[in-house]
Amino acid sequence: MDWFYVKGILILSGINLMAVLGLSLLTGFTGLFSFGHAGFMAIGAYVTAMGTMKLGLPFIPALLLGAAGAAVVSFFIGRLTLNLKGDYFCIATLGFGEAIRLILDNVQYFGGARGWPGLPVVTNLTTVVIVDVIGVVILANIIRSRHGRNFKAIREEEMASQTIGINVFRYKMAALMISAAYAGVAGGMLAHLLGFIQPKMFQFIKSTELTITVIFGGLGSISGSVIGALVLTSLPELLRTFASWRLVVYGAAVVFIMISRPQGLMGGTEITFTNIKKLFSRFFRASGEKAGGGGR
Amino acid sequence: MSVFLQQLINGLSIGSVYALMAVGYSLVYSIMNFSNFAHGGVIMIGSYIGFFAMTAFEIPFATAFCIAALGTGLLAVIIERIAYSPLRRRNAPFLYFIISAMGVSIFLENIIIASPIGPTFRTYPKVFGTTPFIVGGVNIGRLDVMMFVISAVSLMLLIFIIEKTRTGMGIRASAYNLKASALMGVNTDRIILIVFGLGGILAGIAGVLFGMKYTVYPQIGNITLKSFIAAVFGGLGSLPGAVIGSILLGIIETFTSGYLSSQFRDLIAFVLLILILVLRPRGLMGKITEDKA
Repeated sequence: MDWFYVKGILILSGINLMAVLGLSLLTGFTGLFSFGHAGFMAIGAYVTAMGTMKLGLPFIPALLLGAAGAAVVSFFIGRLTLNLKGDYFCIATLGFGEAIRLILDNVQYFGGARGWPGLPVVTNLTTVVIVDVIGVVILANIIRSRHGRNFKAIREEEMASQTIGINVFRYKMAALMISAAYAGVAGGMLAHLLGFIQPKMFQFIKSTELTITVIFGGLGSISGSVIGALVLTSLPELLRTFASWRLVVYGAAVVFIMISRPQGLMGGTEITFTNIKKLFSRFFRASGEKAGGGGR
Repeated sequence: MSVFLQQLINGLSIGSVYALMAVGYSLVYSIMNFSNFAHGGVIMIGSYIGFFAMTAFEIPFATAFCIAALGTGLLAVIIERIAYSPLRRRNAPFLYFIISAMGVSIFLENIIIASPIGPTFRTYPKVFGTTPFIVGGVNIGRLDVMMFVISAVSLMLLIFIIEKTRTGMGIRASAYNLKASALMGVNTDRIILIVFGLGGILAGIAGVLFGMKYTVYPQIGNITLKSFIAAVFGGLGSLPGAVIGSILLGIIETFTSGYLSSQFRDLIAFVLLILILVLRPRGLMGKITEDKA
């Protein structure tokens, strides 16, 4: 396995991670489930590509433009759908995600269904890692703030949060817009990694993949999302020798996780220095006690 | 005028198959309150069972049709046992059911691709002949008539089971309130299995009919996204709603591709989904779900 191949996988994981981080805020911390985030990735990809190709912007400003574009669209979608409950919100996001893709299919300005080739290939491992670190830091700070606690309150008990004075709609909107912006950045980076975009790349199945990754990592855990994105992006690559059987394994694994460990890998806890220290001290204390007990 | 009638007939025939699929969705939703995304996979398997029964084993159509329906009924029950019933026992939130269903759907689709059957498109043998009936200048394909008749008969049988039998009463009670029905002595575990079985049988029928109208391929399950839209359009959890929603969707789709452009067909379907969810989330005839805070 040469470095070029490994690097490719790492870049892809990093891009997926960005989208997963945003979705983690929406799904893991606010309790809203979306099956349309591939649509936001598509908007990010196309707006970023428009920035670099048509407006002549440098890559990073174009990326920010893409994020803003996705956030603006998510604002209008949120206005319409955030009052829907549970399943219906899911279905509405599914509808919007697919509608975005099908509209892009018909916009000849962006190349329509045939896609848009010839984008500058500027995404590399360094940019992806830097963007990911910034993404994690921003998200971690949001979660640890007062606003983060409000998001979690809404996830746990929506009506109770409303009664104690949290503006539920506004917080849901904030979560949706931030997650859309993250997805937009991911889309923009993907577009400038491949140099080619096509509406077909952002199908319903892509949205599902993102949601599965968040759940695999564990709802309500940023470190879980990071590990989930790394594992689930590289796993199919490692299984490439199995060729077509790998997706069979993937499907079975998803069901298996749901029925055996629904809290995901991390189960809502984080990997932080304090937590690691706690774990170690508990581990040593336990082994110390055992040794002491044996001596008596 | 004859073009209009022609489109209407095409719409009715495809709408009736959507109805078979949508009813399966709605049945499960009415009792378990989650969208069973594995339904598409079951339809696809049904399509393949029917195909291989008729080509590889040279079983006559009627028998092959029944084998496909029973096979998918059994498959749906097995899926319930493996992927949903552990979640049900734990009272898991609806999303876990959806994700589990997605896993099943990915599994089913790819096991066909990975197996020797492969991703190739296959065409059903022509059973009903290709010469259309001509009524008043309008061509009515034999297959279209059969699709409509078989769908209508299956749906009527289903409605009979639900409205007139003791089991049907159990299903209706469970749809109204699962816990209360269990307390009143309804064996809800059995009811859920029966509901999945019924949905699976309809899925198999739909799969065979759909495969005959178009072709058989592993991604055929994706078409159920449409029937799912139809179920939402009619109101999730309502059987008459699912049927009416499907027929309307079928007609709207054929008219869009007939009079506008076939490129807009899918877009119209999703725009319709969004409009319904925004303007009237419970659909045309759905039950009003109270806010569970």
